[in-house]
Amino acid sequence: MSNLQLQRAKDFIKELSEGYGVSGYEFSLNHPIMQKFREYADEVHTDRFGNIYSLKKGTSGRYKMMLAAHMDEIGLMIKEIDQSGFLRFTTVGGVDPRTLVGQEVIIHGREDIIGIIGAIPPHLQTGGGEDAFKMEDLGIDVGMPLAQASGMIQIGDTVTLSRQGYELLNHHFAGKSLDDRAGVAVMAVCLEELGSLYHRHDVIAVTTAQEEVGIRGALTSAYTINPDLAVAIDVTHGSTPDTKGVVNIELGKGPAVALGPNIHPAIYKGLVEAAKEHRLPYQPEPIPGASGTDAWAIQVTQAGVPTGLVSIPLRYMHTSVETLDLQDVINCGKLLAYFIASLPDDLEGYLCY
Amino acid sequence: MLLKKLSELNGASGAEKPVRETIMELIRPYVDSMFVDKIGNLIAEKSGRLQGPRILLAAHMDEIALMIIDITGDGFLKFKSVGGIDPRVILSKPVRINESITGVIGAKAIHLQKAGERRKTLGFDQMYIDIGAKSREEASQRVALGDYAYFTTSFAEFGDGLWKGKALDDRVGCAALIEILQKDYDFPIIAAFTVQEEVGLRGAQVAAYHTNPDFAIVVETTVAADTQDRTEDEWVTELGKGPALSVMDRSTLYNPKLIRAVKELASAEGIPLQLRRGGGGGNDAGRIHLSKSGVATIALSVPCRYLHAPVSVISDRDYRTLIALIDQILRSNLVKVL
Repeated sequence: MSNLQLQRAKDFIKELSEGYGVSGYEFSLNHPIMQKFREYADEVHTDRFGNIYSLKKGTSGRYKMMLAAHMDEIGLMIKEIDQSGFLRFTTVGGVDPRTLVGQEVIIHGREDIIGIIGAIPPHLQTGGGEDAFKMEDLGIDVGMPLAQASGMIQIGDTVTLSRQGYELLNHHFAGKSLDDRAGVAVMAVCLEELGSLYHRHDVIAVTTAQEEVGIRGALTSAYTINPDLAVAIDVTHGSTPDTKGVVNIELGKGPAVALGPNIHPAIYKGLVEAAKEHRLPYQPEPIPGASGTDAWAIQVTQAGVPTGLVSIPLRYMHTSVETLDLQDVINCGKLLAYFIASLPDDLEGYLCY
Repeated sequence: MLLKKLSELNGASGAEKPVRETIMELIRPYVDSMFVDKIGNLIAEKSGRLQGPRILLAAHMDEIALMIIDITGDGFLKFKSVGGIDPRVILSKPVRINESITGVIGAKAIHLQKAGERRKTLGFDQMYIDIGAKSREEASQRVALGDYAYFTTSFAEFGDGLWKGKALDDRVGCAALIEILQKDYDFPIIAAFTVQEEVGLRGAQVAAYHTNPDFAIVVETTVAADTQDRTEDEWVTELGKGPALSVMDRSTLYNPKLIRAVKELASAEGIPLQLRRGGGGGNDAGRIHLSKSGVATIALSVPCRYLHAPVSVISDRDYRTLIALIDQILRSNLVKVL
């Protein structure tokens, strides 16, 4: 395990985490992502939906393997500018309003503008404050009157949370949008590793758009590529003091490898064998139905695609302080690379039920 | 920049040292003497052409924060608030501990919540700070019980002529005092940078006793609730309308003669001034005006949105006009009237 690789992964995740791209508005992430993947891929291009494809050619190129991780983030959208210049908003993707109070945001208007989702100070509160703030109680303060605000901001502008990424102890990393930009970093690690491995098949790492609003970029990109097999990379809940008994996947214990109806058994088996052979930690993650990831859409694309899913354990998902272990990111990328290198030239038998 | 420098310092009630030491360096060239008293207040004196009256200017150095009260077996930190913090404002925020490590106050993923969970407020006892430690032993090497955790907000320009940052309550007052100390006046000025306001106005009580002033001006921030979810009668103060003069709060009934005199002075000098509406809240005046046989006291505040939250907002104009008004008071006949 090279510390340099960990540092590079951290730098890339930090850059992507502090960038912004609510579902459907991912374009400002194109530059850093394409720049990174050009280091490891033979070709990098985008499509009209906003997905980014990074092709790394295999020695035979007989089959096409798709990797998918989404770059979009949950966020807010302006729905009204009120008389005093305060902004009302709705959400894009699943957001807990309780995590927004006292939070700085960036409104992506005519230019990027700082906003604050304020809170009534305790000095003024009546009652015990037992009831949580509801989304409709919250507004964004941009510190300017209506005329000035409406010249810079319009209904439909997206809003992201303002959050620096922080390294915690034990190479843990906390920030926003690690769901699923950490998955994008996993694909970069995977392609980097493949540079020093022998792999037969072409690998197309797809950075997908609009996952959070209904797995849409995976739908169009999988159709476009029509891969012979695919593995999606996403995040999964990591256990915390308040999820004991509900969540069993833990940070630092390696990627979660999914199994269940969404997953082709041979891919699960191949991933587990690659982990064992290369002594990489992994955690089996049984998923009884919809995985809620790109894998769900990819599996039923065109005539059907044998699909797998590996996930990075993540605490506090869909908050601005999502936390993961960078070591899991590296191990996830390596696991995928070893799995890809282990694939035989003829996949027909391999993928036979 | 003075406000930025003070806002970004960490100094909770009982741990004001970084603020105190910074202020000492800043005011050293402008004062005749200064000392730190037995409770930690920084007292600076500047003599004037005349012997008296003795005028006390007071602003508190401490800020609200969190205190670590326990470390769980798996390395998470439990905490309570130092001063009044609404538990609803700290969820999903990063915090800084011991100037060396960062932690986050995580919230259960929305996907894992049961129906109705989202409608309930989480109390401090249900939250914890995640610093990435894997065990109590590991966490204990970096954090001790009693350590403070601070918001990480950076100070910056905001909107139209506003500033945003943490601890504006009451580093704004400290900054105003520092600016006043750079000017010369006829009367002796005593500046008290007080401790422990947020946990019960404790520093001011001691400072007022031993500085023995004839007249006191408490320089503060106060609630500005001029936001979208409040009707005008609930605003208390408004941003951009100048400093707020207190009439009454939970700790003090301010002297009506002084209130009138300050209003007239502001009006004569063309300095904007608003009266603080509403009787809630309290500040160091509560202790100072009751010191010994009683001290004539006024409180002037910069209106501040989102007090006691990770990020607060003030108007630059309110801050500038607050200093201008204090300057005029110190040059006026007002103190002689007493």
